[in-house]
Amino acid sequence: MPFAENIGASTLDGLAYLGGLAKLGVSAARAIVQDIFERRRLAYGRAMHQAMAVGIGSLPILSLITFFIGTILALQSAYELRKFGALQFVADAVAISVSRELGPLITAILVIGRSGSSFAAELGTMKVNEELDALETMALDPVRFLVAPKLLSMLLMMPCLTIWADFMGVIGGAVFGIAAADFTFKTYIIATLNALALRDIVTGLIKSVMFGLVITTVGCQEGLRTGLGAEEVGRSTTSAVVKSIFLVIMVDLVFTTMFYLGIS
Amino acid sequence: MADELNAADALGSAQAPALSIRNLHVSYGEREILHGISFDVLAGETVVILGGSGSGKSTLLRTLVGLERPTSGDVILRGKNLCAMTEVEWRELRQHIGISFQSGALFGSMTVGENVALPLLEHTQLDPATIEIMVRLKLNEVGLNGYEDYMPAQLSGGMKKRAAVARAMAMDPEILFFDEPSAGLDPIIAAGIDQLLLKLKEAFGITIIVVTHELASAFLIADRMVLLDKGHIVAVGTTAELQASTHPRVRQFLDRVAEPEISQEIDYLQMLTGEVARPRQ
Repeated sequence: MPFAENIGASTLDGLAYLGGLAKLGVSAARAIVQDIFERRRLAYGRAMHQAMAVGIGSLPILSLITFFIGTILALQSAYELRKFGALQFVADAVAISVSRELGPLITAILVIGRSGSSFAAELGTMKVNEELDALETMALDPVRFLVAPKLLSMLLMMPCLTIWADFMGVIGGAVFGIAAADFTFKTYIIATLNALALRDIVTGLIKSVMFGLVITTVGCQEGLRTGLGAEEVGRSTTSAVVKSIFLVIMVDLVFTTMFYLGIS
Repeated sequence: MADELNAADALGSAQAPALSIRNLHVSYGEREILHGISFDVLAGETVVILGGSGSGKSTLLRTLVGLERPTSGDVILRGKNLCAMTEVEWRELRQHIGISFQSGALFGSMTVGENVALPLLEHTQLDPATIEIMVRLKLNEVGLNGYEDYMPAQLSGGMKKRAAVARAMAMDPEILFFDEPSAGLDPIIAAGIDQLLLKLKEAFGITIIVVTHELASAFLIADRMVLLDKGHIVAVGTTAELQASTHPRVRQFLDRVAEPEISQEIDYLQMLTGEVARPRQ
């Protein structure tokens, strides 16, 4: 039965891929812990450099996108809420949607486009240029030297970016609230703070850390598995983006389900 | 103990070889690339591994530096059998060898100085000021004085190779490996790289192993040569011995005689498969 065999083979391939990601993540995490205990100056420097690239470099575009998302969410919520004369709940709808779901998700998708793809392209190019071989022959572990700083920077920067995305989303919603729903800036912020529970923010931040783990491991694994030739770097980069988006949505589904079941 | 063979006994010579290769087989999957390679490299000599495309010379180099694992055989370096070493032992050994890759393989995100400093930062406890001095010394040795702050992308092909040599020399290795040092360079720059290799050998007495197919360069720098063909050693000897060889494959390679043109389909299949193909029914 070729159909059943194909499904079986694809499932095994998928599991092997996830196993590879887990192995890479564990190796990188172990390297981070070792570097912290051994106080290696080089690893800190590279992690800081990566953090600047992942975090600070993303801020302008992330601010703009999440601001617009906040406004769009307010408009969409208002479309239904005004039928019930409940426009004052726009702030609640925006705050909860952004902090629990769209803040982390939009941040993740933006970081995939900016950093996940660049991780794959960077490592892929290094492989094609024999730089990974050079690292190995210098007794430097590519995972410790290249993947660990990326993972550390991503685990630190994703929650920070998500908090900023939440904030900008709320500001975007406030623009609508002030313009069309009788809010002042102060009353909108108070309504937002009243609507949010700490749990809403924390669930978003937990997701953002998991997304950071997925984006780094997928980007780096695709880069490290690049074949020979420049066109392979392009293939790895595309593959990193597509697989990262798919896995981030999967992780989002799993965690959202867990949080939902946990609440109920 | 198999992994601590006495390489001098194996050679039967008074001088212990720096590197001893015995019956080395290397495969990629089902396909065997090297079919039982054996030769020695004496301390302080320059051995050039010659061969055409697909002869297995790059695979041999990658195996000697631990980037490929052999299917069987022994490679004895510093009294240890590389084929039976653990990852930890490899990491220790790699601090005593240097490799200059065909493309240079400098890290594009680091300056030339940072590239040379990297092994020192990672494997020594030297303070930054000492490392800076050592980087300058190494760059001076390869004729790149004052290029510490340049990015690799700002260097010409020949300068990249020189910088790669400086990085390979950073830890004062006992053996230096070169993969196609003259590839992609114009004759004048390539001659400069050859002179650099001769200078390093003379000044530091380093054992040098070079993989190349550039005949002029090979005859200039080599003490001895190993000619590979389709994964087998065809000839080992001094430059004079190879020049005097009457072996048909040696002569074909040294006299740059093209392979006979293939006009018959059956011959082409035979060339591809290496077997006698059956004629189509």
